[in-house]
Amino acid sequence: MADCGCSSGTCCEEWVVGSVISPIGEIPKITGEWSKSDKMGQLKARILNSFRSDYKVEPGLYACGNPDNLSDVFVSANYKLSFDILRKEIGERDAWIVVLDTKGINVWCAAGKGTFGTDELISKIKELSLDRIVDSKKVIIPQLGAAGVSGHIVEKETGFKVIYGPVMAKDITTYIENGYKADEEMRSVPFSFKDRLVLIPMEVSLISEKVWLFIVGILIFFGLMPQGILFKEAFFEGGVFIVFGLLSVFSGAVLTPALLPFIPFRSFAIKGWLLGELCVVICLISIQSSLLDNYFIFLAICLFFPVVSSYLAFNFTGCSTYTSVSGVKKEMKLAIPLYIIASSLAGLCLILYKIQVWRSLL
Amino acid sequence: MMKYLKNVVTLQYEKTKCKGCKKCLDVCPSRVFGFIDKKAYIIDRNLCIECGACEKNCPHGALKVDSGVGCAAAQIYSLITGKEPTCGCDGEESSGCC
Ligand code: SF4
Ligand code: SF4
Repeated sequence: MADCGCSSGTCCEEWVVGSVISPIGEIPKITGEWSKSDKMGQLKARILNSFRSDYKVEPGLYACGNPDNLSDVFVSANYKLSFDILRKEIGERDAWIVVLDTKGINVWCAAGKGTFGTDELISKIKELSLDRIVDSKKVIIPQLGAAGVSGHIVEKETGFKVIYGPVMAKDITTYIENGYKADEEMRSVPFSFKDRLVLIPMEVSLISEKVWLFIVGILIFFGLMPQGILFKEAFFEGGVFIVFGLLSVFSGAVLTPALLPFIPFRSFAIKGWLLGELCVVICLISIQSSLLDNYFIFLAICLFFPVVSSYLAFNFTGCSTYTSVSGVKKEMKLAIPLYIIASSLAGLCLILYKIQVWRSLL
Repeated sequence: MMKYLKNVVTLQYEKTKCKGCKKCLDVCPSRVFGFIDKKAYIIDRNLCIECGACEKNCPHGALKVDSGVGCAAAQIYSLITGKEPTCGCDGEESSGCC
């Protein structure tokens, strides 16, 4: 970042197009346009965990258009994607944006953690002397920030009234046109097929590391023979297992989230298990391998892979928008012991299989 | 709207404390509340995702809920490590629920 004398140190970002004079000094003026790198950033943030966790903007005050003391004040998280979506929706409208320091986390998660919270909002309002910038004495925060912000406490401490904008930034224009009123639809969290699809690449990228470990582990296990590690066994027998492994990942992290409303039962763990078992059965029927005739192998597959699918599906509770802590805890109490039992039994089956093979050879 | 498990939610509403300000109707992302006779009422408690927004924003303390991270990865992390449930949104733990 070049040093160009501005206080926030952000004026050299691509999306900063100048500055406006306010009673507290120069404020960076931003554009609602997305550059190529903003678009790339959005894509990467959806797919790469490491990229997403460090995709931030400098907290502070920003100007859209040519705002004055009567303009609206919107509050955002400092996760760059949250900020980008907001500035895009505000477009060329005259408004202020206050970016809270949420450690680069989106509004919803930061509200849950309390970083998008009452104290942070109060301190930003005071720190920025917002009362000298606008007369309206109100700030608009995203509705999902409400889980972290007590509106009445902010008002008591700062005199600023907190009003809740729509859940999705895309509704901001309609919201303003309706006289700062959100209808039922704007107030609820959507969770459509498309919303779920968007989350899948991230789920998959998160587990890909573990999948590699699994593959290596399986190859070694099947390859391990009295003579050393044999490639033929590793690839032909291990290969079958790897197919099942990938299938269960696909079932738990892709199919279950995508088909969520159509799979019976409310529990995520059961949904995932059901689809996993279904995929395994289909695969058992269609794969021709003598390995599958072995009882131990057959049992291990039937026990283990649906559990993987179930576990991954259960993990999707975090991405879904309608699960509760109490519900997740209830599922956990039942699911985790079953996961452990099933995996241990599957492990035992594999060991018995290995003993069987070695015995026949020695 | 999709529903999660039945009868597990900890949401509690004390009608006598409600002053009818409608804040809860504004903030609830799951549309749990309705409004009748100058007071809020719960339409369907099973819809509640325990986000805590209503408790935080009811100026009269009429609402209580044990809020928290409704994310399996976070809860499992907490179970194993004994630490606060964190969903790894901050990149420390990569469970990635958000
Ligand atoms: S905790 Fe959240 S979801 Fe539940 S009723 Fe309150 S605001 Fe609605
Ligand atoms: S926020 Fe509290 S006081 Fe206001 S309507 Fe809801 S329950 Fe009643």
